[in-house]
Amino acid sequence: MTEERERLMAICRQVRSDIVSMIGKAGSGHPGGSLSATELVCGLYFGGILKYRPEDPEWEGRDRFILSKGHAGPLLYSVLARAGFYSPDEMQHLRELGSILQGHPHAERIPGFECSAGSLGQGLSVANGLAFAFRRTGHPGRVYCLMGDGELQEGSVWEAVMTAAQHHLDNVCALVDYNHVQLDDTVENIKALGDLCEKFTDFGWNAIEVDGHDVINVVEAYKIAEALKGAPTVIIANTVKGKGVSYMEGDPAWHGTAPNAEQLERALSDIAGGNGFEKYLEEDYDSEEEAPEGEVSPL
Amino acid sequence: MKEYKAVPMRDGYGNALLKLCAADPKVMVLDADVAKSTRTDWIKKEYPDHFLDMGISEQDMVGTASGMALGGLIPFCSTYGVFLAGRAWDQIRTTVCYNNLNVKLGGAHAGLSVGRDGATHQALEDVAIMRVLPNMTVVVPCDSLETEKATLAAAAYPGPVYLRFGREAVPVITDEDTEFEIGRARHVSGPELRNAGEIADAAIFANGPMVREAAIAAEKLAAEGITAAVYDLHTVKPLDEEALLAAAESAKVIVTAEEHQLAGGMGGAVSEFLSVRHPVLMRMIGVDDSFGESGSPDQLYDKYGLRAENIAAAARGALGR
Repeated sequence: MTEERERLMAICRQVRSDIVSMIGKAGSGHPGGSLSATELVCGLYFGGILKYRPEDPEWEGRDRFILSKGHAGPLLYSVLARAGFYSPDEMQHLRELGSILQGHPHAERIPGFECSAGSLGQGLSVANGLAFAFRRTGHPGRVYCLMGDGELQEGSVWEAVMTAAQHHLDNVCALVDYNHVQLDDTVENIKALGDLCEKFTDFGWNAIEVDGHDVINVVEAYKIAEALKGAPTVIIANTVKGKGVSYMEGDPAWHGTAPNAEQLERALSDIAGGNGFEKYLEEDYDSEEEAPEGEVSPL
Repeated sequence: MKEYKAVPMRDGYGNALLKLCAADPKVMVLDADVAKSTRTDWIKKEYPDHFLDMGISEQDMVGTASGMALGGLIPFCSTYGVFLAGRAWDQIRTTVCYNNLNVKLGGAHAGLSVGRDGATHQALEDVAIMRVLPNMTVVVPCDSLETEKATLAAAAYPGPVYLRFGREAVPVITDEDTEFEIGRARHVSGPELRNAGEIADAAIFANGPMVREAAIAAEKLAAEGITAAVYDLHTVKPLDEEALLAAAESAKVIVTAEEHQLAGGMGGAVSEFLSVRHPVLMRMIGVDDSFGESGSPDQLYDKYGLRAENIAAAARGALGR
């Protein structure tokens, strides 16, 4: 397991470096919410959970990942590049005229990207629609949807939450990047979400809470979610906005600000040093003790 | 004046959906708790596995339809036009249109025809806010039969389509053999200006129930010695540029007529196109920057100036007669 943890953590370091590098080069972008969700998405793409074929992005049998928090585009841009959907060189052109990597993702341009996003609160409905289509066509795949915590302030999210529960869409797995920070301030100071597990379970969902920076636990959570039938499952990942870059962590200022050259250097140094991840590599670290909470569905 | 049987336009939507569901397992019909009003309850009854009532959640309905389209289905979202185009506009823009998804939008109870429910339920801005969206196609049929044909055509037409139809029974002025093609204006009466050598004093482009009013207006004008060509401009986007240019070249004035705000509607689209490509004197009939109100549809058409006589007067005025 330690070997697998090291393999996945190395990928996460690569992806974090890509995120800050491409945003730094572009001179604008949203580093905080990409860095906080890195383990969530890397665990999905590189932990053997999501079924996809980089050489055949439109492969019918693939699972689907819907990025609802479109401002985390750079995270997906790196993940898709490192998964082999396109050349990592594309990341040099983030936010440039004619680039496949727009400021917020335009799916038509990006191999492997399923649905454009940027206006919040829309992705979970899309995921539900795909789940209905899978059910209707006998497709065995699963649909994952990543949302931000601030995004849950959009009322349309809760419309979709009700739909998935009403129709027992157990092929839907929602991911909440609970990093507690939004653009203006902390989520708690603006419109607090309270007990998210309880909110979702009250709505008829299964809920799993994980340390969103423990990539092995994240992968385990996906496996538990897949085994839960009869209701959709949400994975609530406790995360830190800007995770891995010391001066960005927990600071709303880094929701949508690009690092300058000097800041980028410090960011890359932090990431290479594994800032804040040491505990996950300690020899006596026992992932069993911090295994995800089981389902708390009232079903 | 020829008498026509009056049928609610939404019946055409329901009839088309019945045919589509019978023929194609990919067709899905979604509604937002107004299935009895939009006639999608016919699908609920006949083809329940093709039907999904999303509840009072227009945004979620459009988002869910988007996912269905990504999964290869052909979803039809159905509710009052005012809520479909208005409440779910951002989903329609960013998810449906930006992704160019094969989502069909059935905007029912449009215009003043919803009558006594009053202004909150009368879609008078929906064409404007739909036609400004890239990748969107906007179709406003004139009667129940044309609504049926438009709905069938929309299913086969790639990409997002907004269909707009009214609640009330309106005279069925087309028949089974009347041609319908998305993007091609239908010649209704008077000279066919697309034919070389044909001319007219006025060309009237109307859509929705105003096509019938335009045809009556042309008869009135003919009695006064004014020749008018009447077209059903059911497709507001993409515009039939060929028909509009032919009319601008062969008629002295152009009049548009629609059950919608003057600003941003079909008349606006015609004006945007012709003012650049072939400037011509125009008059526009529609609702003039006003909300509607409760009343019978007939009372409202009278009050808001959506009658044949208003169209005829506009043509006369433009011609200096």
